[in-house]
Amino acid sequence: MLTDIVFWVLAVIAVAAGVAVFVVDSMARATYALAASFVAVGLSLLLMNLEFIGVITVLMMVMEMAIMAIYMIMFMGMNPALMPMNMVHSAKGALSVAVGTFAVLATGALFIPWPSRRGVTGTDLTVALGEALMGPKMLVMITVSPVLFATIVAAIVLAAPSGRYDRLGDDLRRRSATARRPEGVQR
Amino acid sequence: MTLQTVLLVAAALFSVGLYGAISQQVVVMVMMGLELMLNGVILAAAGFWWFLSPAPDGQVLLLVVITAMTVEMAMGFGVATLLHRSRDADMTDMATDLSQ
Repeated sequence: MLTDIVFWVLAVIAVAAGVAVFVVDSMARATYALAASFVAVGLSLLLMNLEFIGVITVLMMVMEMAIMAIYMIMFMGMNPALMPMNMVHSAKGALSVAVGTFAVLATGALFIPWPSRRGVTGTDLTVALGEALMGPKMLVMITVSPVLFATIVAAIVLAAPSGRYDRLGDDLRRRSATARRPEGVQR
Repeated sequence: MTLQTVLLVAAALFSVGLYGAISQQVVVMVMMGLELMLNGVILAAAGFWWFLSPAPDGQVLLLVVITAMTVEMAMGFGVATLLHRSRDADMTDMATDLSQ
């Protein structure tokens, strides 16, 4: 009973905060609302005994939203990030698509005859997850690791101000590049 | 708390995120919409795991979804930075030529 009450409270917070992301006046508030939604979902995972996944969801998303807030202030400037804004296009069409998607998903959730529960949870799910990743589910680990490494490299390449071709042109053997801006004491 | 209720909440989160991903003009807000959609996917996956087959190995699926979310975020920030640096654009409407 208590679990049900907690779940519904968290569910209402998660959805309300999710709606608030696109309703509130400023982008900074939208970031906080998204963080609240993620925290509510992370706490819901704890109700399903997913301690490790729930905690990393909360920790990761809070940090991510902090970075997102910095990005918004960086790109939009301090004032636009905190001032009222309404930058949408084809809002009615998007709303129709969203409502239609919810109707289809909700219909499936309510009317599909889901099978009954099979299997039991282990005693320590965090240890079990680690053992699964290092044992029978090693393929997931092998796939995820290079993907994350490739993501780091790709993100740095994309975000770097210039590559060596930008700096040196076609002559990559030059020892030093032409300064992008005048440098030194006599500039 | 039943599987149906968990899936309903997940569907609501996914739909709200979909609305944001389609309707928002600012690149970072589009990313927030995608994040919200994946938030719903995480909840739905957890619900499936808990109510249908709570074997310990099933948690790996959730880890994959969280990894996908991380990759999406990192690449999104990278692309947003590149767009901003190369053409001073922070809105999707300012980069429509990329689809051609």
